[in-house]
Amino acid sequence: MAKVLKAKNMAQCIGCYSCMLACARLVHKSLSVRKSAIQIRTRGGLQSRLAAVTCTACRQPSCAAACRFEALTPRKGGGVTFHKDLCIGCGLCVQACTARAITMDEDTNWPIVCKHCGICARYCPHQLLSLEEAETE
Amino acid sequence: MTRDVKVLYIDLTTGKMSRKLRPDLAEYLGGAGIATKLLQEEILPQEDALDPRQPIILATGPLAMIYPSVTKTVAMFKSPLTGELGESHAGMRLATAMRLAGVDAIVITGKSESPCYLSISDQFVGIKNAEPLWGFSVEEVGRSLRELEPGSGHRSCIRIGPAGEKQVSFACVNVDTFRHFGRLGLGAVFGSKMLKAIVITGAHDELVGDRPKYNAIYQELYEKCVRTGAMEKYHELGTPVNIKPLSAMGGLPTLNLQTGTFDQADAISGEAFAEEKLIRKIACPGCPVGCIHVALSRRFFGEGYEVESATVSYDYELIFALGSFIGISDKDAILRLIEDVELYGMDAISSGIILGWVTEAYEKGLISEEVLGTKVAFGAVEGYRTVLRNLVRQPNQFYRDLARGLAYAVKIYGGADFAAVLGGNEMPGYHTGYGSVVGFTVAARHSHLDNAGYSYDQSNVGPVDIEKLTDYLIEEEQIRCALNSLVVCLFARKVYDLETTARALDAAGIPMTVEDLEALGRKIFILKLQIRQSMGFDLRQMTIPKRFFETPTLNGKLDRATADRIMERYLEKVEQLVVNPAN
Repeated sequence: MAKVLKAKNMAQCIGCYSCMLACARLVHKSLSVRKSAIQIRTRGGLQSRLAAVTCTACRQPSCAAACRFEALTPRKGGGVTFHKDLCIGCGLCVQACTARAITMDEDTNWPIVCKHCGICARYCPHQLLSLEEAETE
Repeated sequence: MTRDVKVLYIDLTTGKMSRKLRPDLAEYLGGAGIATKLLQEEILPQEDALDPRQPIILATGPLAMIYPSVTKTVAMFKSPLTGELGESHAGMRLATAMRLAGVDAIVITGKSESPCYLSISDQFVGIKNAEPLWGFSVEEVGRSLRELEPGSGHRSCIRIGPAGEKQVSFACVNVDTFRHFGRLGLGAVFGSKMLKAIVITGAHDELVGDRPKYNAIYQELYEKCVRTGAMEKYHELGTPVNIKPLSAMGGLPTLNLQTGTFDQADAISGEAFAEEKLIRKIACPGCPVGCIHVALSRRFFGEGYEVESATVSYDYELIFALGSFIGISDKDAILRLIEDVELYGMDAISSGIILGWVTEAYEKGLISEEVLGTKVAFGAVEGYRTVLRNLVRQPNQFYRDLARGLAYAVKIYGGADFAAVLGGNEMPGYHTGYGSVVGFTVAARHSHLDNAGYSYDQSNVGPVDIEKLTDYLIEEEQIRCALNSLVVCLFARKVYDLETTARALDAAGIPMTVEDLEALGRKIFILKLQIRQSMGFDLRQMTIPKRFFETPTLNGKLDRATADRIMERYLEKVEQLVVNPAN
């Protein structure tokens, strides 16, 4: 079965950014936390709890629907698969995602989209991130 | 291999800026190394620390953000507290933000005509109006800038509170709410330039050297940080784990250093804070350890369960300075004092040490209640809150003098014998032996983190071996000068031994051997010494207050003659090193 990324018990997050750095380093070959499909954010200053902004694995992804070039196609189990050779970098997917989970990579002009590979989860010292079996439809 | 070190120069007097590529600085690596070099270039050693022409240097290192627990930024300046080298390190987001903004170092000189803040990114540098923010507490200015500036999520916001504006000599600079450039008065230097804050953000990216090698070493370091015991204590109870053992051994400065044991140590221990007050732990970005311990303090202020609360981060040094040192065993009272110094933007250690001295000076009749504006007594929090407030408000000459630090105040009001000050800096929380007392005195920034003499004392209990101790103090400070150029958090000191560090640098495209790192540490050590000497520092002029010899350490009572012999030997060895650095 297809697996999807889940973030749970985010109140336990220490904000170490190891997940973001892992996605940037190992998936997007970058050093910058900006180039991560998972974004750890405060809810308003560091006194607040942290939140994980990441692909929620929609069954009917609005990002894919917004893409006129079929560069994003629905993925089994939820979320999307990105086909970079079809992408023109229009950014409509970024606008379409209500979870605000897609950002544009300004260097490549491609969207940074979670592929539910689970690499970030391996670097969470509190095991708050996990890959789970997608629920059957 | 040449590597461009990117330095951003900002002159607040003229508003002129430049971004220079300085490949010549690459040999200093980063952090403490390039900051020392830049300080040497920019400093006016003989002029006042708060002269507008004096520089503020901020520098990160080449491993910042790219390896675990390499999270620190080094600040250098002339200290208004000691009149010599000002150096302070801070964590949280600043190093990451500087890297994302594509700058390795920032040099700020001059003085703005009116309150200002700096907005820095990889695409923009601006000097902006901070007139409405002048007077704001550290918390309020943080909130305002969050709304005013872009880059939510990864930006860093460093700022001063009212203490910095009033140029209190031990004012700190708050970094992202929970960390600080705490010691030696950088906040006052910001205030002297009318600089309220700096917000830094960016999206800069770069390539590292050898990717497979880099990924493998990242993995190795991450495992060491998370899965071995090397850093466990810092996440579990955090630094306050030391309260109980140090008190039991007799090394916890208590009641203005009248004793090294606090009979209420259990009540203010790391365990007690964790069990009753701890609500969350957080980390600096890129550090999987998460050593920052945040406590919740609840306070009822009226009938009908009227309540307010505050969340503040606590550490060993804060609990010692605002707890045992002034006889406070109520955790809520300690948290209240921590919150006060946080909002004013004052160094917690200096504040606590000053309160301890004030208490004894008041008991001995050197200062009156009228001058103080309150009674003070060990353990009584309200009097202390008044003194802290007055250090910022400065209602009379006494407080104006006291705001210049304890070393200055005792020259006017007496009480030098029981002032817990070494090298002009209020003491850190270790009264462990000759390693701490002499170590603090000789160290470049009079900090326990310079040469870890306090650690030597704990692992070498017994009669002092002068040769061994002096060698340790000199060698350890040099190694730390190298690590502080990367800038590794010293809590990860055991993870980043020099051999590992050399491999990590190599994989990041900066080939260096262990010998290179040692030579660099030595070079920085000597350069700092030369800068200090140009500012008038002379170890032979340093006096250690009587109190340090009256109160037994965990290695028993110390005597002045032995301390003098150690300092003499230290001087000889350092002088040899300067003449012949190869040895």
